[in-house]
Amino acid sequence: MSGNNKKYWKGIEELSNDPTFVKNSLSEFPEFLSVKDARAEAEDESSNGRRDFLKLLGFSVTAASLAACDAPIKKIIPYVNKPEDVDPGIANWYASTYQNGGEYASILVKTREGRPIKIEGNPLSSITKGGTSARVQASVLSLYDTARLEYFKEKGQRISKESADSKIISELTAIQNAGGKIRIVSSSIYSPSTKSAILDFIAKYPNTQHIQYDAHSVSGLLKANQSVFDKHIVPSYDFSKANVIVSFGADFLGTWISPIEFSKQYATAKKLGKSKKTMVRHYQIETNLSLTGSNADTRLPIKPSQEGIFVAELYNKLAGTKISTPSLKNATLDKIANDLLANKGHSLVVSGSNDVNVQILINQINTLLNNYGHTLDINTPCNLYQGDDTSMFNFVQDAKSGNIGAVVFYNCNPIYDYPLSADLEAGLKKTNLTISLSDREDETASLCKFVCPDVHFLESWNDAEPKKGHFSLAQPTITPLFKDTRPAQESILAWAGVKKDFYSYIQNYWKQNILSGDFQSSWDKALHDGVYVSAATTTNNISEATSVTVTEDTTISNLDLNSVAENISKIYKADSTGIEINLYEKVGIGTGNQANNPWLQEFPDPISKATWDNYVTVSQKYAKEKSLEQGSMVSVTINGKSLDKSVPVVVQPGQTNETFSLAMGYGRTKAGKCGDGIGVNVFPAVTYRNGTLHYFSANVSIAATGEKGIIAQTQTHETIMARPIIQDSILSEYIKNPGAGRFHPMIMTPDGKKKPSEISVWSGEHIKPNHLWGMVIDLNSCTGCGACVVSCQAENNIPVVGKKEVSNRREMHWIRIDRYYSSNAEIPEKGVDKYFKKDEGSSYDDLEQASENPQVTFQPMMCQHCNHAPCETVCPVAATPHSSEGLNQMAYNRCIGTRYCANNCPYKVRRFNWFKYFDNSKFPDNTSMNNALGKMVLNPDVTVRSRGVMEKCSLCVQRIQEGKLTAKKEGRRPKDGEIRTACASACPSDAIVFGDMNDTESAIFTQLHLENKERAYHVLEEINVQPNISYLTKIRNV
Amino acid sequence: MQVTSPVRPPLVTGGKTISDVTADICKQVEGKPSKMWIISFTLSVICLGYGSYCLWMTWWEGLGLWGLNKTIGWAWDITNFVWWVGIGHAGTLISAVLLLFRQKWRTSINRAAEAMTIFAVLCAASFILAHMGRPWMAYWALPLPNSFGSLWVNFNSPLVWDVFAISTYLTVSLVFWYVGLIPDFATIRERATGIRRVIYGALSFGWVGSAKHWSRYEAISLVLAGLSTPLVLSVHTIVSMDFATSVIPGWHTTIFPPYFVAGAIFSGFAMVLTLMLITRVVFKLQDYVTIEHIESMNKIIVLTGSIVGIAYITEFFIAWYSGAPYESYAFVNRMSGPYWWAYWSMMTCNVISPQLFWIRAVRRNIKITFVLSIVVNIGMWFERFVIIATSLHRDYLPSSWAMFYPTKYDVGDYLFSFGLFFTLFLLFAKYFPVINMAEVKSIIKSSSGKQEHKH
Repeated sequence: MSGNNKKYWKGIEELSNDPTFVKNSLSEFPEFLSVKDARAEAEDESSNGRRDFLKLLGFSVTAASLAACDAPIKKIIPYVNKPEDVDPGIANWYASTYQNGGEYASILVKTREGRPIKIEGNPLSSITKGGTSARVQASVLSLYDTARLEYFKEKGQRISKESADSKIISELTAIQNAGGKIRIVSSSIYSPSTKSAILDFIAKYPNTQHIQYDAHSVSGLLKANQSVFDKHIVPSYDFSKANVIVSFGADFLGTWISPIEFSKQYATAKKLGKSKKTMVRHYQIETNLSLTGSNADTRLPIKPSQEGIFVAELYNKLAGTKISTPSLKNATLDKIANDLLANKGHSLVVSGSNDVNVQILINQINTLLNNYGHTLDINTPCNLYQGDDTSMFNFVQDAKSGNIGAVVFYNCNPIYDYPLSADLEAGLKKTNLTISLSDREDETASLCKFVCPDVHFLESWNDAEPKKGHFSLAQPTITPLFKDTRPAQESILAWAGVKKDFYSYIQNYWKQNILSGDFQSSWDKALHDGVYVSAATTTNNISEATSVTVTEDTTISNLDLNSVAENISKIYKADSTGIEINLYEKVGIGTGNQANNPWLQEFPDPISKATWDNYVTVSQKYAKEKSLEQGSMVSVTINGKSLDKSVPVVVQPGQTNETFSLAMGYGRTKAGKCGDGIGVNVFPAVTYRNGTLHYFSANVSIAATGEKGIIAQTQTHETIMARPIIQDSILSEYIKNPGAGRFHPMIMTPDGKKKPSEISVWSGEHIKPNHLWGMVIDLNSCTGCGACVVSCQAENNIPVVGKKEVSNRREMHWIRIDRYYSSNAEIPEKGVDKYFKKDEGSSYDDLEQASENPQVTFQPMMCQHCNHAPCETVCPVAATPHSSEGLNQMAYNRCIGTRYCANNCPYKVRRFNWFKYFDNSKFPDNTSMNNALGKMVLNPDVTVRSRGVMEKCSLCVQRIQEGKLTAKKEGRRPKDGEIRTACASACPSDAIVFGDMNDTESAIFTQLHLENKERAYHVLEEINVQPNISYLTKIRNV
Repeated sequence: MQVTSPVRPPLVTGGKTISDVTADICKQVEGKPSKMWIISFTLSVICLGYGSYCLWMTWWEGLGLWGLNKTIGWAWDITNFVWWVGIGHAGTLISAVLLLFRQKWRTSINRAAEAMTIFAVLCAASFILAHMGRPWMAYWALPLPNSFGSLWVNFNSPLVWDVFAISTYLTVSLVFWYVGLIPDFATIRERATGIRRVIYGALSFGWVGSAKHWSRYEAISLVLAGLSTPLVLSVHTIVSMDFATSVIPGWHTTIFPPYFVAGAIFSGFAMVLTLMLITRVVFKLQDYVTIEHIESMNKIIVLTGSIVGIAYITEFFIAWYSGAPYESYAFVNRMSGPYWWAYWSMMTCNVISPQLFWIRAVRRNIKITFVLSIVVNIGMWFERFVIIATSLHRDYLPSSWAMFYPTKYDVGDYLFSFGLFFTLFLLFAKYFPVINMAEVKSIIKSSSGKQEHKH
């Protein structure tokens, strides 16, 4: 075939060797189809220009006008050198620790493109066990607070770190050499490395003393343990092991000692199901209705001046022997005593009192009940509160008399939150060297000579030992935003002459004192987990206590109970006739150190549902007698001192008659733009007596000013109106019938009675073959704390609307906690007959009236994701459709804002953007959307909604999507528990279970079909909207 | 065409001839505006101006300027919308239904009533736009082809039905009204000179009054009347479905369609009376709009008012009889809850006051009629407010119960609609023939010569 030179040609051009073809065949990409060239051949040059001009003109005019219609496009700038661990669009999680005064939580921090945007609980923690609180959730916003100082200051002028250090060191040295007293004043410090740094400082300046105090002190408890057990500690409590809990004013679910930890334990004790039919019984004896009191099975309102007598009387009943205190008859107390005696070793009695004598008696009661070693543990003390009122008092008196040479304030703000702040202020003027390590120029820092701003906890290394042997690490999740700030510990170390950054200092400390074995691997693990438990290790500077075994005789013998009784009789009365006030802490604002956090200011108080203010709570009876109304302004005088401005009245069911309560943490003057001037500061009304601070007074009066103030409440109607929205029963009924209290509506039809679900206008059901997302909310374990509310706000970029808009009933929270009080007009029967019925002779008006001391029920309420959603059918533009996974979705871009969906929502969970809340100077409180720094907290996975559109709970669809994608990439189904909504993950009491109801292995399936089938109900079952959210009945143990 | 019965009183009094009719009615159009007109017009324009400012602010800042909240998503906006749509109904009823029933007394009032319909529907439409969170996207409620893929409106939504109902209503009413105006424009054209002649000439679409024109005119009138008649029933039926198809207690009621239609006619006639009683005095048309007209309309008011009253009572009965607890509460709450005053205002104005019209002397008393016509419209406004706001303010979950307090922008936007309505109506009254000359001419006794005035 060699002679075969036949040539195949592809086209006539090739055959004829057309010159154009030859030219083009050489180039790889044929470009001869260019429009311009083709046209150039066909038309002459001059006509080209005209046509092109017209085309371009037409195009550019259209393009320009289109561009004018659209929102401006902002380009994402890619990394030039991509950091190793940062992938755009992928979140990084770091284990860390939240500590703020006595508050503690082990947390996981979610960062996106290097910005911390969300905090979740760390489930590995032995203490908080994945739970969080509203304050923990909100703390991420404090990182982006514009009120934070950006650099060191000396007398209000900027100064470099180096010159500040040299000046401070020389002054300290001079004071030390002159024999002047040096003090470090702080809130409780339970970071072992920080304590060690302070010890280094003391070593350099031996005249230094470290003074710890807590704004809301538990010094009385510490001192009581000192005198009973010779240990100045707070014991560990375990509420989960108790069958009976008695609390004298200790708000352990909201504000007392370690509420996240206690909520977890309490929820365990409150859980019911097929496999657990026992439940804790909880008595609360208190003045104002606290979060804990509202969860109690039996609540006894008393005056603060009666507390000591009640405790003594309980002691007398339990001990059999009498201590000489005024006697008291109270049927509830008898019942409590009997219950406690029947549950020796399985009960827990606590008191929130800061009176040593009361706490000594509480210790005696717990000893009598054999609770030590069972529900209380003094060998594993809790380190969160160590403040000693006496030493703080002595310091302030020293300062006042000009005996202090230098003082360093760390993580505290005594000019605001110490009762004798006037004395301290006078003292600071006489003190040569005053240094504040505060992150902002707060009330104390603004009086100090040097302000050396600390960094935010999310920017720094730290460690913690909240409980003996339980360690926790904090790692930075972002480089300090302001490079001229410095971690407080590094400042202290610098002045102590230790030239080390705090990171290596911590590592070194852990190497020497905490970790054993191979340091690097155990350090890496501790850092990864965020927590480390070592029961064997004791750190030298927090508690050197040796093990104590508590028995009845060992403790009582070395105590003089008679003097305790004498002291109690002096202060407390069995029956007082006057008006009294007690000062309490609110769940959101606490002692006010995060007052500039708008999420917390707008967080509705779990009880009063009021935002942005503190107020005097009065009983219904008192309000009626004195014709006070909700919002009447009154001026309050406590111990002869008038509060600096008038406060509104809140008529509070459950408030003891003839008592007032007023929350601390308000009335800040130098917290920042959001927090300043809100409410009134009540710390000056706290009294120092017998070595501790007392948070109540019997010397109080109020006078109506005649003005009317605004209480911005998110809920104004108090009662349930006998509607089966809350379905509840009592434990004895539940044991007989797990479905006790369930309401089963039946609809009368021509074919007889039918279940609502059997009547539908829809023909055929849309199938949900893949996933069916849903939620089960256990009303029994929900304490109403509201951690979910703030968590949702952080996750879903929910705007803060401010006091005026909340009072206009326009708050934007996607999840709310409905709080209902019982009414005297309700039928107290246990059966379902009580629903829709009124007590004989009562009217609807009576049903609207809450009882004087009501039972309280909380109900988290968010979009119910109805499968027959009333909102979906009425939207004219189909902006809210249903997904094949059961989600009720919102297409913000499609919404034209008719609000028909919100009107037609039977649960009223839809929220409308009445205004433009972002980039709008009229909403300065919405810091997360109105300044460049605040905007860093926004979740990039969630759209910031524009004005005029509707929004609502999406069941965290972005998390569902992320979870599904992760699973898909790994070629598997999403695992149960892998996807959790923001509310479910924040919940410290595991009341919210989210999951796929189609997954028979899931926790939600177990709850709905196995464990709590009988208890599960849909709210408003009678209208057959078929929600994907179920609730479990509330069971009380009365 | 001789239509009046010798036993009935004449529909036009004063022994008017055909040329008198032309002269009396064209006089208003041709003459200088009267002092009264100038004063009224100035007031209307001021009202419109202030209202426009408020409306502009609402659009600029957001609906938060109104008193609405998370619980009450509609209050004055939709109250006003339903109120204005209701008012419009009288015009259609008079021009269409009464035409089909050959009620000749309608001829003197139908022009003004139809004009009122159109302006009222425009006012209503302004609230549809104003109540939207993003009014610039209002066209999305129309089933337009679009570039969003297969994105369509939601045909299940009563608001979409509203869009169709209102737009159909406006179109048909406008055409009907304009067709009726054509012969009269031609009459004015014939009498006018200069630029006026050109304008009215254009408006009259080259009408020459030929027999063919008249035959077509009558045919189209009949066709349009046939088209409009179902609209009288359908428009307000659909508006009522905005509420009736929902799940909210107090809204979810099957009685709404007939009840709303009756209410609409009720309020519409009251509004026609209010307007005509003023117009006949201002424009000296007492011979055309006579006491007989007023009495006839009062009869319709007492009828529809009674229907509305029975509807109110039926609602209560059903709320109790159904045994639906949420619904029972909603109605008890209407009567005795925080908005009891709105409910009792409604009952007094709508149910009790029109009953006075059973008395002949009251029916024929112009002053009392004028006061009652306004009272009825106040009552009908309260009816819509009671249905919308008091049903929403306390629905299922007591935790969300709230109150609605109007702001100055709620009031201002309502004033806007009044300003718009009266500005348009006054312009109409001045520049258009307020009475249908052509049709009125058909009902006077003779084609020429003065008639003796007899009673």
